[in-house]
Amino acid sequence: MEHYLGIFVRAVFVENMALAFFLGMCTFIAISKKISTAFGLGVAVVAVLAITVPVNNLIFNLLLRDGALAWAGFPDVDLSFLGLISYIGVIAAIVQILEMVLDRYVPALYNALGVFLPLITVNCAILGASLMMIDQDQTFGESVVFGLGAGVGWALAITALAGVREKLKYSDVPDGLRGLGITFISVGLISMCFMSFGGIDI
Amino acid sequence: MASQKEVLIDPIFNNNPIALQVLGICSALAVTINMSTTLVMCIAVIFVTTMSNLAVSLVRNRVPTNIRIIVQMTIISSLVIIVDQVLQAVAYDISKSLSVFVGLIITNCIVMGRAEAFAMQNGPWLSALDGFGNAVGYSVILIGVALIREPLGSGTLMGFEIIPTVANGGWYVPNGLLLLAPSAFFIIGLFIWAIRAWKTDQIEAPEYEIAPNGQYKEAI
Repeated sequence: MEHYLGIFVRAVFVENMALAFFLGMCTFIAISKKISTAFGLGVAVVAVLAITVPVNNLIFNLLLRDGALAWAGFPDVDLSFLGLISYIGVIAAIVQILEMVLDRYVPALYNALGVFLPLITVNCAILGASLMMIDQDQTFGESVVFGLGAGVGWALAITALAGVREKLKYSDVPDGLRGLGITFISVGLISMCFMSFGGIDI
Repeated sequence: MASQKEVLIDPIFNNNPIALQVLGICSALAVTINMSTTLVMCIAVIFVTTMSNLAVSLVRNRVPTNIRIIVQMTIISSLVIIVDQVLQAVAYDISKSLSVFVGLIITNCIVMGRAEAFAMQNGPWLSALDGFGNAVGYSVILIGVALIREPLGSGTLMGFEIIPTVANGGWYVPNGLLLLAPSAFFIIGLFIWAIRAWKTDQIEAPEYEIAPNGQYKEAI
């Protein structure tokens, strides 16, 4: 249990997807002008990450890994080079399914998320989390916790940035720095704050 | 129809993918700690963007619009797999230090964004030029960031020592912050400032105007 808690805390704070690995930056910068939309997007990312990372873990371990096809009578086959294309396919498919399920059963949430849901397919944080999970060779249980933690960390970061930006628009920023420039510098400062979690080790 | 020269040159400063279009920041910043990984990353992105724009443009009239994203994704991920396999075969060390970031070129918004915004509407030759130009615009920023981070952060460039550090008997105390994530954000923020100080038409309009100070008499 403590092991899983450790993975979760690491994924949320120490190895924050957005602030430590620069993943999902495009959406992170583009859709952080208002707290409400940023939070909606954050929830969608948590949902998608918590599903896709474990599914990709199963696909890697049962189909692609060197020797994983032994159960089908192909002990020498190594399909790991097909990894990238399968993960992105899985992500696109799951986002599509999630969209249809939400539309059918939870229309309120579906309407709140709106256009962000399909956009999540090309969010680097999603693919990045899957690739990191493969890199660290996680078990299925670990991948569930890691996916959830990575999503929560990303959602936390984008909501924090949206909060800063909502206040920032009232301040008098030098001309050339206004908008994008000052946003980058704020992200840098938030990221520096998150580095202070670096010492946490559970 | 834009001329070939405009399509090629515009994205480098006037319409830079990172500084103005906010595309492709994701996988880029983490690789700028040292110059050699940055260069490899730039070459990979230039190859993928050019080829994917070319390929998407070639099939643009045969793909039904509702499945175009999947088609683009398939083209892009096939190209990235080629890059990944070549890197692992030719430069294994660099491929290890780039780790997941080569794979993340797939979701690099530049590749997808240019395929969607330009290659779907234009012919193959112009699209390839546009892809090349945008990838070069991205590389310029990346190389600029690496040029600041590597020498100041570890006193080296491409692995060769250019500023003798204290640890090696020199005089320079390396600035550890430049090896950490936040410095890349600061440097890009300052880059954007520099570009906009030069190209003033890129400055964003303020959302709120601060009212001028009231007159002394009004206050009384």
